[in-house]
Amino acid sequence: MISQVVDRADAKLSMAHIYVAFAAVLLGGIAGLLQTLVRSGTVQLPAGIGYYQLLTAHGILLALVFTTYFIIGFFYAGLSRTLGKFYDQPFRMAWLGFVVMTIGTVLTTVMILLNEGTVLYTFYAPLKASPLFYIGLTFFIIGTWLAGGAMCSHYYICKKVSKKKLSPLFAFMAVMTMVLWFVATIGVAASVLFQFIPWSFGWVDGINILLSRTLFWYFGHPLVYFWLLPAYVCWYVIIPEIIGGKIFSDALARLSFVLFLLFSIPVGFHHQLLESGISPFWKFLQVVLTFMVIVPSLMTAFSLFATFEISGRKKGASGLFGWFKKLPWRDARFFAPMVGMLIFVPAGAGGIINASNQMNQIVHNTLWVTGHFHLTVASSVALTFFGIAYWLIPHLTGRVLTGRMHSLANLQTILWAVGMFFMSGAMHTVGLLGAPRRTAYTTYQDHPDALGWIPYEVTMALGGSILFIAILLLMFILTDLAFFAPKGKEDFPIGTVADRAERTPVILENWRLWLTVATILILVAYTVPVVHMIEHAPPSSPGFKFW
Amino acid sequence: MHIHKFEKIWLIVGSGTLVVFLLIIGINAFAMGHTPPSDDEILDPQEVDITAPFDEPGLKKIGENEYELVMIAQAFTFQSVQDLKIPKGATVHFTVTSKDVVHGFQIPKTNVNMMVTPGHVNKITHTFDDVGQFLILCNEYCGVGHQAMGVPLEVIE
Repeated sequence: MISQVVDRADAKLSMAHIYVAFAAVLLGGIAGLLQTLVRSGTVQLPAGIGYYQLLTAHGILLALVFTTYFIIGFFYAGLSRTLGKFYDQPFRMAWLGFVVMTIGTVLTTVMILLNEGTVLYTFYAPLKASPLFYIGLTFFIIGTWLAGGAMCSHYYICKKVSKKKLSPLFAFMAVMTMVLWFVATIGVAASVLFQFIPWSFGWVDGINILLSRTLFWYFGHPLVYFWLLPAYVCWYVIIPEIIGGKIFSDALARLSFVLFLLFSIPVGFHHQLLESGISPFWKFLQVVLTFMVIVPSLMTAFSLFATFEISGRKKGASGLFGWFKKLPWRDARFFAPMVGMLIFVPAGAGGIINASNQMNQIVHNTLWVTGHFHLTVASSVALTFFGIAYWLIPHLTGRVLTGRMHSLANLQTILWAVGMFFMSGAMHTVGLLGAPRRTAYTTYQDHPDALGWIPYEVTMALGGSILFIAILLLMFILTDLAFFAPKGKEDFPIGTVADRAERTPVILENWRLWLTVATILILVAYTVPVVHMIEHAPPSSPGFKFW
Repeated sequence: MHIHKFEKIWLIVGSGTLVVFLLIIGINAFAMGHTPPSDDEILDPQEVDITAPFDEPGLKKIGENEYELVMIAQAFTFQSVQDLKIPKGATVHFTVTSKDVVHGFQIPKTNVNMMVTPGHVNKITHTFDDVGQFLILCNEYCGVGHQAMGVPLEVIE
């Protein structure tokens, strides 16, 4: 019988990751606040700090460090809870992963602070950072591989020992997410190891820019699913238990994760729709595959709302929407992820717009895109992660989430939603008017078009300020939960599957099969255009340091 | 595997909508000629100044109210002519490359938006139906002066 409480040693491992994750939120949040204030012309940065330096720090700390550390910490805790205490070998590998990742994070962050890596978190060539910036990123990625290896190894040993064909749903989903991460990071690792590092050291004269961008986006789109899937784990596995319901269907949940592995990778060209050197046919093919990845999200939406309705009706709800009122709105463990889910509706619709050939041309590289991913990753995913932290941190530190903290956490969620409404709303609108993303305060010599954007940029600063207050409140809540909340036992909720649900076909856990299909799809989508990029390449490009 | 009846309906309607979206995008792209800018010409990014047509950047009349505007993006400006003036109703074919890093090429209030990669040429066409002030700007981070990278373009009677 597996304990309902995460083992103490595993809890420490998980918490180590969670501390780093939320330290990154605070630092990245400060950078974010300053960016909105600079961009609206409200303040000027002191002490020679550059806007783009802050922007690089904001992207790396929040999009890479916060997300990855939190995801890994959450998965360690969940695997320990559902499979049992980590075996020695994966446990040691996990700590090694933490150390390697953290060396990489510190190295890259120091390079950004020294202004040696102001290339933004996408580090597009031929802007050339210090070799140590890229080496830091390499350590970070290798650390995540060790983490993924530790999880897969623990999963494998547990499966051998239990002799069951199907693993617990949480474990399956966590391993699937890490497998997605392995396949995706091959692209960026190849680019950094074989292109960026030799070039930044000066061992080779030039770089194939288009190839480096393509390898980046081969990684860059599944990256967003790497952020999203752990939120889906919470929505599928944890939320049903919190609301007193059941998981609608184990089989469909697994099927949706299989579809994410298959269709979230061969789609990177929808980030490169407006680029030279890739034919419209291959761009369109990847747009089609991009749309395929919407299907598992539709399945997820159905399953979740089915769970909500069924559990509401069991509690005596009547009428078409009576169940909506039966949901535990005052429970912070539910409220934060639920607001995240609701925000995902417009966020997902925006994503469909971005991926559509012609509409992409209107919004590409405008603030619309920034507005979009502040709804997806910075609201749907972030609020869900906050919602997880509210019970996971006290569970791991042997404390309880008190009623007072529930209320403060709900206030945090509301502040976040309001701040994001102003900031992301203004970004979407001014993006449609043509304001570019990733650009410091400018009026382009008082051009009337650019002057018209300023009121929206002020609204962004207003939203950003509200969000920063929300981050401070979050820090207060999490510090309380980690160090000061009353001692006790907080549940680690894991849902059970509805009795009526069908038995899960074993084929859904056939890794060899799904990895083969994923590989075939990747080869179909990428082989011809990548060969063209290499054979029909212009003379390679030297590096530039324009900051 | 059994799927609930309502879920089947939901997925059929949802996926059907996606298929319709894709058909519209596909027909718009391939039958109506609205494919994204995807030029396949290449050149040596260090020899832009001596490679045609970039050895003579600027506005060239190529037909009845039809122009080619050859521009070179470089940190932090677009190299072309000083005062860009275009007559109302003119169709302009923009031909752009970069001398250094990746730049963006966007004109707010129009559909003109594309990436400019060093070593590659990119092209886009737009017809300016109304007089007014326009702005050509770089929408890809290119360095510390990125926010200054914009040039005005005026459409006159």
